[in-house]
Amino acid sequence: MRPDDLLQPTPRGLYCPPADVYIDPVRSVERALITHGHSDHARPGHGAVLATAATLKIMAIRYGENFAGTVQAADWGRPVTINGVTFTFHPAGHILGSAQIAVSWKGLTIVASGDYKRGRDPTAEPFEVVPCDVFITEATFGLPVFRHPDPAAEVAKLLASLRLFPDRAHLVGAYALGKAQRVMSLVRAAGWDQPIYMHGAAEKLTRFYEAEGIDLGEVRLVKAADRKALGGAVLLCLPGSMKDVWARRFPDPVTAFASGWMRVRARARQGGVELPLIISDHSDWDELRETIRETGASEVWVTHGQEDALVHWCGTVGLKARPLRLVGYGEEGEAEPADLAPASTEPAA
Amino acid sequence: MNRFAALLDRLAYEPRRNAKLALIADHFRSTPDPERGFALAAMTGALSFRNAKAGLIRGLIAERTDPVLFGLSYDYVGDLSETVALMWPAPEGPARNEPPPTLSEVVTTLASTSKTALPRILAGWLDHLDETGRWALLKLITGALRIGVSARLAKTAVAALGDRDPDEIELVWPGLKPPYEELFAWVEGRGPRPEAIDPAPFRPPMLAHGIEDEDFAKLDPADFAAEWKWDGIRVQAAAGTLPDGRRVARLYSRTGEDISAAFPDLAEAMSFNGAIDGELLVLREGRVQSFNVLQQRLNRKQVTPAMLADFPAHIRAYDLIVADGEDLRDRPFAARRALLEAFVGSIGSPRVDLSPLVPFDSWDALAASRLDPASAAAGEDAEAIEGLMIKQLQSAYMPGRPKGLWYKWKRDPMAVDCVLMYAQRGHGKRSSFYSDFTFGVWRAGPSGDELVPVGKAYFGFTDEELGQLDRFVRNNTINRFGPVREVVHSATEGLVLEIAFEGLQRSTRHKSGVAMRFPRIARIRWDKPPGEADRIEALEVRLKD
Ligand SMILES: [Zn+2]
Ligand SMILES: [Zn+2]
Repeated sequence: MRPDDLLQPTPRGLYCPPADVYIDPVRSVERALITHGHSDHARPGHGAVLATAATLKIMAIRYGENFAGTVQAADWGRPVTINGVTFTFHPAGHILGSAQIAVSWKGLTIVASGDYKRGRDPTAEPFEVVPCDVFITEATFGLPVFRHPDPAAEVAKLLASLRLFPDRAHLVGAYALGKAQRVMSLVRAAGWDQPIYMHGAAEKLTRFYEAEGIDLGEVRLVKAADRKALGGAVLLCLPGSMKDVWARRFPDPVTAFASGWMRVRARARQGGVELPLIISDHSDWDELRETIRETGASEVWVTHGQEDALVHWCGTVGLKARPLRLVGYGEEGEAEPADLAPASTEPAA
Repeated sequence: MNRFAALLDRLAYEPRRNAKLALIADHFRSTPDPERGFALAAMTGALSFRNAKAGLIRGLIAERTDPVLFGLSYDYVGDLSETVALMWPAPEGPARNEPPPTLSEVVTTLASTSKTALPRILAGWLDHLDETGRWALLKLITGALRIGVSARLAKTAVAALGDRDPDEIELVWPGLKPPYEELFAWVEGRGPRPEAIDPAPFRPPMLAHGIEDEDFAKLDPADFAAEWKWDGIRVQAAAGTLPDGRRVARLYSRTGEDISAAFPDLAEAMSFNGAIDGELLVLREGRVQSFNVLQQRLNRKQVTPAMLADFPAHIRAYDLIVADGEDLRDRPFAARRALLEAFVGSIGSPRVDLSPLVPFDSWDALAASRLDPASAAAGEDAEAIEGLMIKQLQSAYMPGRPKGLWYKWKRDPMAVDCVLMYAQRGHGKRSSFYSDFTFGVWRAGPSGDELVPVGKAYFGFTDEELGQLDRFVRNNTINRFGPVREVVHSATEGLVLEIAFEGLQRSTRHKSGVAMRFPRIARIRWDKPPGEADRIEALEVRLKD
């Protein structure tokens, strides 16, 4: 049997013929398995969805309770069998509830890892290495120039700026799901004990993280009336709101942005960022290579990102590798700064 | 070095002048001598050591990384120093606990290091610095420290340490050397004022606002003079004599960078005492050459006799700021202009001449001159005219961009609708996006209409549009040739770009036979089918024979 008989790339996403299910399909399908709640992986309108409980809750928050025909929660580490194929969800360390899905059939195991990272992050379940024959990896930061620094040192830059410019509001651009909460958690770990403010569009997801037991300290919603008084405050805002009217009403704002893309100057400057914070929820080059090795996989399939370099590296260490060239990923979660044109329909607060 | 690197890193992203000032002043306050003095030297361009060449850096990284991975990374990052800084592998073997080099150590070592020893020393430093430290070091030693800080701004930050006027720093500056310990001591009130009075300091220039159509109704032409805006580099030529009789002649850029070293031919011609505001141009046989020609001279690091002969530099004078020790900045423009005419005459050098006034009695008459400078006395030099400057006759010479006094009125560009054909990743600010666009127009071919490339554009789009263009290229690639992508371009599929340009010339180097001057993307015509883009004939009629 060839691995392609078990999982194969199709225009709708990764398809498993024997079980007749898709993993992270980009269009509506009858049966979908979802790795995590980012909108490029988790889309509404499928017939049946199998995902971790946290991912299902995130989808319900974003798309409404009726985001799928039927839903089933996958427990960590407990196999679910469909037509003789077993699917097991293991933590991916990317955001809360994010999973790698191990697909086993007739002695062959393929792990579809979705998006993942290895660094410590109290806001996500820690990554677990799952031994497999074929490892499907993302390559968002699949170039040797991407080595993420210690996030604590990045947050220290933000606090240093707050000390030097105590009258300026510090706007930190971060994705509403995952990154925003991780940045809040890092800011707390650095000893910042004043209230953290957030854009309205991050509220439901942040409250969800808190309800799941993640301590973020006092997080307040920005009200239109407070704007003038927020000099010296930390404000989490959405990438799309960084350049629009919403952001311009704060006192002399410093615009920071938390993303792995901030490693490359041209990218950071492109987004008009003044204080780049290199904080990523994806694996960097070293983590990608280390993870591939640790899984023991003899074959690697590379999905979205900088596939060429990672496929080349696999060749240099004797691993069979190929790019899957799936389309439709990489739009949320870790979209590139220039893709973040101001959203025209931002909520008023 | 890491501290200095962190400052550079922060400055590189900070657009606000006041915030830059605060960052630099904070660095000076919190960094001891001599580190801060060398930082000041780096920011004012006062460091002198033999720069490392890009080849040396390429050699070091080639020994340490896979060439394919390096190629992909460089293609993505777009900047050699930055790519190397980010890719540099951690040194093999057990971690050594050597501290990273200080800026002082780097500067003093480089001043005494032989060319052969440099690679080893540099590699050792790179091993001990972090990504930002490596980036700053490589930028520093390759002489490419572009951080958007002018010498004037760095000196202003020094002045801020002791509530001094930046002009006071300018006055003592010529007598000082890195690491400027006596300067810091003086501004911090710990030492005497350093001796030295600069006979040729920089004075911030007066800048103009772009004129808007509705402005004309409010302005009386009788209150204004007009002159050509030449397409060169705005400079301030300042010269004088030191107390000991030595001559000082300096050429400053608009931001106060001292660029004299690149123009020894001009320094020699600056036999006056005073400061002229003018345009740096290359003239050949009395004719003003295009900006491209000037650019060729600017691009050369070494000033050779051949270059001095082939690219003779020239100052075309607009204004007189100081004459024979007298500051004229408070006088009205009309009075300064009269003095300038006499002053330029007295210099008596063919390298310094007067930018002529353009006479007019109504805005309509001036508009006609702007449309056709060749007929308005600019003659053969018309190609080198960017537009007009309109100056209020009563205006004092005020630093910065005061409102309502000086206006610039650029020539209207020409525009044509082209079809995007190829795209390549950019370098510098735009690297890692497809931002270099080759476009074409239709012409009759052997088997029906075909597109022929007519130019390349890198400018004119907003950041949002760049993102959209980049995505269009990635989603519509039909071929890859190394770093170049061919994008779908047929009569029904593809993207139309409205290209604006300043002029058109016949060219044998281009397949189309025409070359555009300063092409840029004026608009993206998402709405227009490629079949309706312009034809080569639309360009040919604009060619001047
Ligand atoms: Zn993803
Ligand atoms: Zn994701």
